Amino acid sequence: MSLFAPLQTWTSLDTWIILIGALAAMACALPGCFLLLRRQSLMGDAISHTSLLGIVAAFFVSHWLVEANVISPATELSVRHVAMCLGAAIVGVLSAWMTESLQKFGNVESSAALGVVFTSLFALGLLLIRAVADDVHIDPDCVLYGAIEMAPLETVGASGIPRAVFVTGVVLVINLLLTVMLFKELRLSAFDPALATTQGIPAHVMHYGLMGVTAMTLVAAFESVGSILVIAMLIIPPATAYLLTDRLPRMIGLSLLIAALSSVLGHVSALTLPTMIAESVGIPDVHDASTAGMMAAAAGFLFVSAMLLGPKYGLVSRVWHRLLLRLRIASEDVLGGLYRFEESAAASADVSLATERAAWLRSLTTQSWLTRLATWVLLRRRWLIGSGSDVQLTDAGREAARTLVRSHRLWESFLAKHFVLGTGRFHESAEQVEHFLDPALLAELDQDLDRPGVDPHGRAIPN
Amino acid sequence: MNESPVVDQEAMQEPPTRMVAIDAVESASPILIEDVTVAYHRRPVLWNIDYQAPSGKLIAIVGPNGSGKTTLIKAALDLVPRAAGQVLFFGEPYGQQRHRVGYVPQRTSVDWDFPVSALDVVAMGMYRKIGWLRPVSRKYREAAKQALDRVGMVDFANRQINQLSGGQQQRVFLARALAQNANLYFMDEPFAGVDAATERAIVDILRQLRESGKTVIAVHHDLQTVHEYFDEVVLLNMRLIAAGPTADVFTPDNLRKTYGGKLALLDQLGEKMAQPRSR
Amino acid sequence: MCDSSLLAVDSLWELFARAISLRDYNTRVVLGGTTMLGISGGLVGTFLVLRKRALAADVVSHAALPGIAVAFLLAERLAPGSGRSTSVLLFGAFASGLLGMAMTLAIRRWTRIKEDAALAIVLGLFFGLGMALFTVVQRTKTGNAAGLSNFIFGKAASMVASDVWLIGVVSVVIAMLCCGVFKEFSLLCFDEEFAAARGYRTMLLDWLLTLMAVTVTLIGLQSVGLLLVVALLLIPPTAARFWTNDLKVMSWLAAAIGGVSCAGGVVLSAAFPKLAAGAVIVLSGAGLFVVSLVFGKERGLWPKWSLQHQFEQRIGRSDLLRACYELLEPIHGSRETTQESLTKYEIDDLELLAMRQWPSGRFQKLVSSAVRERLLETNSTGGYQLTLRGAAEARDAVRRHRLWEIYLLTQTDLDPRLVDRGADGIEHVLDPQQLADLERQLDSHLPQGIPPSPHPIAGAAIN
Repeated sequence: MSLFAPLQTWTSLDTWIILIGALAAMACALPGCFLLLRRQSLMGDAISHTSLLGIVAAFFVSHWLVEANVISPATELSVRHVAMCLGAAIVGVLSAWMTESLQKFGNVESSAALGVVFTSLFALGLLLIRAVADDVHIDPDCVLYGAIEMAPLETVGASGIPRAVFVTGVVLVINLLLTVMLFKELRLSAFDPALATTQGIPAHVMHYGLMGVTAMTLVAAFESVGSILVIAMLIIPPATAYLLTDRLPRMIGLSLLIAALSSVLGHVSALTLPTMIAESVGIPDVHDASTAGMMAAAAGFLFVSAMLLGPKYGLVSRVWHRLLLRLRIASEDVLGGLYRFEESAAASADVSLATERAAWLRSLTTQSWLTRLATWVLLRRRWLIGSGSDVQLTDAGREAARTLVRSHRLWESFLAKHFVLGTGRFHESAEQVEHFLDPALLAELDQDLDRPGVDPHGRAIPN
Repeated sequence: MNESPVVDQEAMQEPPTRMVAIDAVESASPILIEDVTVAYHRRPVLWNIDYQAPSGKLIAIVGPNGSGKTTLIKAALDLVPRAAGQVLFFGEPYGQQRHRVGYVPQRTSVDWDFPVSALDVVAMGMYRKIGWLRPVSRKYREAAKQALDRVGMVDFANRQINQLSGGQQQRVFLARALAQNANLYFMDEPFAGVDAATERAIVDILRQLRESGKTVIAVHHDLQTVHEYFDEVVLLNMRLIAAGPTADVFTPDNLRKTYGGKLALLDQLGEKMAQPRSR
Repeated sequence: MCDSSLLAVDSLWELFARAISLRDYNTRVVLGGTTMLGISGGLVGTFLVLRKRALAADVVSHAALPGIAVAFLLAERLAPGSGRSTSVLLFGAFASGLLGMAMTLAIRRWTRIKEDAALAIVLGLFFGLGMALFTVVQRTKTGNAAGLSNFIFGKAASMVASDVWLIGVVSVVIAMLCCGVFKEFSLLCFDEEFAAARGYRTMLLDWLLTLMAVTVTLIGLQSVGLLLVVALLLIPPTAARFWTNDLKVMSWLAAAIGGVSCAGGVVLSAAFPKLAAGAVIVLSGAGLFVVSLVFGKERGLWPKWSLQHQFEQRIGRSDLLRACYELLEPIHGSRETTQESLTKYEIDDLELLAMRQWPSGRFQKLVSSAVRERLLETNSTGGYQLTLRGAAEARDAVRRHRLWEIYLLTQTDLDPRLVDRGADGIEHVLDPQQLADLERQLDSHLPQGIPPSPHPIAGAAIN
């Protein structure tokens, strides 16, 4: 109960925070999808650093305009916002261009070029901000961490709607429109830039356009939610969606959903988790944590969940499927072995055969846990009866085993017909292939070989 | 030296007549490569290539690894810069004739994990026709399906591309080129790493293209099948060794020249040109 | 150190003088430690950049953040007051930095997400988590004063002597280790598979490099800040690369650049307290980078451009002289030209212009520069005549050209039409040794002196 206690004081402020977070995250996730697919994920991160320089420049410009009496102090704020977006977009495109030029003219490897450019420009921005901080009242900490908790307090007129909702909402709508309208152009230039250019979609224009849009989105979001959230939301939701689907439209939709979900999860956990954890380790007086940080962490949590539990590419499902396959192979090996012993026993009355069979069965139970598990499954299915090292095929089991042995021997015959291999080699190959031949393929094999009666070792092929 | 005036007369007259001749056939020739030189970091990888492709033929570019086959195609399509020379498509620069030129890149050149279906990839060949800002309409999806049908891949239209085998991926690329409905196709190793069935399917498609008057220029590796598949051969090893109808050009003698080691001195000098200070 | 002494000094100049002359013990210590840091960063960075992994350091530095916060909280819980110990915080940073690295590896290994996105995901997730934890730290009683935010922007001046000693000693150890395994590392960077085939444990070496990079990154956190520390590893080697192709020289140069930029940054920020040390360090590195980019001997832009220019000049000059020679050659008839005989005839510039297709405007420039260099001289009637030196060079150029043409014709089965054009490009790079080789190879084909041209000379018909 204590976990949800903080939620009882839920106010409209919390709802606004979640809404602002969700809008900002969704606005970032849209260009992020294409950055991810173009393998330029770090470009977004770099731009989020360098746009600090654009922001500082915008502050200078608007400050200077007021000093020069071009604009009145009253309009300064709105001018500044436009200037900030523009400045960031320009610096964003500039840093992309500098990176590319360094690669091209200086033969610098791409990630090194990116690193040099973004650290240098960021350092420059940081220095300028510190140098003028007294004059223009901007706080690098605020740009960096953002103050999403404070964002709802600044409302537009009498509507009571926070300004940040408008800003992030407008950016989201612009990005959505761009994504929908330019969907096929964005997709092609990400997938195959060379073809894009031959189809009249200049790849470099798309590249710089995307960089500009990314930078503008980042800056608009910065102001309300801070750069941490932005860096995380640019790539993590798209990457999570990428693990869940194979279709681009679905990936974009999912990444929007994940972005919004991270916002909800993030804010709720910012209110609840820290208190609980802090109390349990005995640190008092902790009531909440940075919402932006927790939103990023929530996105990360969703990513790790998708990585582990995703239906198709998830680790758990892949391990499970592999386990199932290995189990099937192991149980088919048991069936095949028993069938072959039955076959030999019917052909000759050799006494040693019985001892050999008993030894083989005993080895089954002492072998890997997989074989033991396979035997257990076969017993449950009633394809085997008996217990321990004394098991027999049932009729159903014999039927399954016959198909299997048929596959094995048909494959051996096929290899013998078409390839020159030592006879020992057929068996190895057939041991593996027998598990994967389906009825259609078996029929085709049968036809190819003119319905053979015996395999290359002279043993009968069961029908 | 005494004869030189006579020879010079010819030399004076020859260029104009040659120019006229070129003008006359230009409209018909799908591609005219004139004196193209390409250098990577100042080091020439293609020297002074001249070639004029005949229309409606299947043409193979053959040469050893590193002989500049892919580079030649990319230089023609402005995908790598040319140090010298010009390329004309149907008598005009590439910029004006893009829509008539299709390109099938090497299979390894794209990210096969990209979230698109086979149908999406084929439709990409028609984006120029669809135009900016417009979605891929039903009409174009149908056309893309037809193209997939022609390469026997219509059943796989909705598969994600990484769930296709190598041969199937190559066929999707081919279908995309068909959907482009170009007059001249460049294919970079269309037969690389494909199964026998795909190889047959590709050859069939190439022949159909030729029937309908298209020209195909393909980088080809398998010397065994050149005679069977291609009408014309371009033998390339940093320089143009020979070019013309397969029967005339694809001779053991020419092949020896092409594959008999790179022209050693040429290579060494290319190295020097990359570092002119060494003198 | 400066904040306290600021009151004591009455002018900025005095402050500057104090910093430059290293009068303060603390400045000296910080300078020493940070310079060592720069040196070891340059050394380790060299290998990291060559392995195209430089940006991993950025991820490590961001990933360190939650570790620092957790270490602080735990230490405060276990022994109140111990949370501010640098070694405790660095230990936490180390653990979570490594965890971040491991997570990028896991994402790349087990999902289809590419390296750049894996880095961006881990960066965003850990940074967000770190910020959330930082707010928790700040809300504890002791947290506010802990100065943890110095780790983000860096504050060299706030370091105490014991921190600096730690940094200095670790840096020296890293630098020595780097020298110790220099050979193995160079093999690893150059050809990993070859190194593996030679029996080196590449995995182990790779981890050693990673570990060293993580260590340098983390000890740099305090002085440069986690946002910029990657620059210590990235900028010096990338700058050094412009000067040399030799790995050994490159790594020492990188160490020097790293050391100089760190020292410069510390001194400057001590002199001007408003300048943040981290940003200044990075910007001095960036300054050295730009200098290297422009002037670097091996790959710099200026040397590349001027070599290209000289090369073109040389080609133009010998083309011009060859044209002069070929213009005069028919006048000599079948007689051999000599240096003296060539100087006797006047050269008409219109005829010379007709000898080849000169790019527009180039001809005039070439002629006037040839006159300037006393290869050509104007005579009383306004025409040109070759000087003795010009004649000698002209003969040389013609000989070179024709030898190469004959070589191409006789040895490479080239189409004769192509020969002249082919020879044009190459003749200029033939050195005396190669010319001698050519002559030897062509022995049977060659007359004495300058061989006649194997093809008609265009333009000569005007005579």
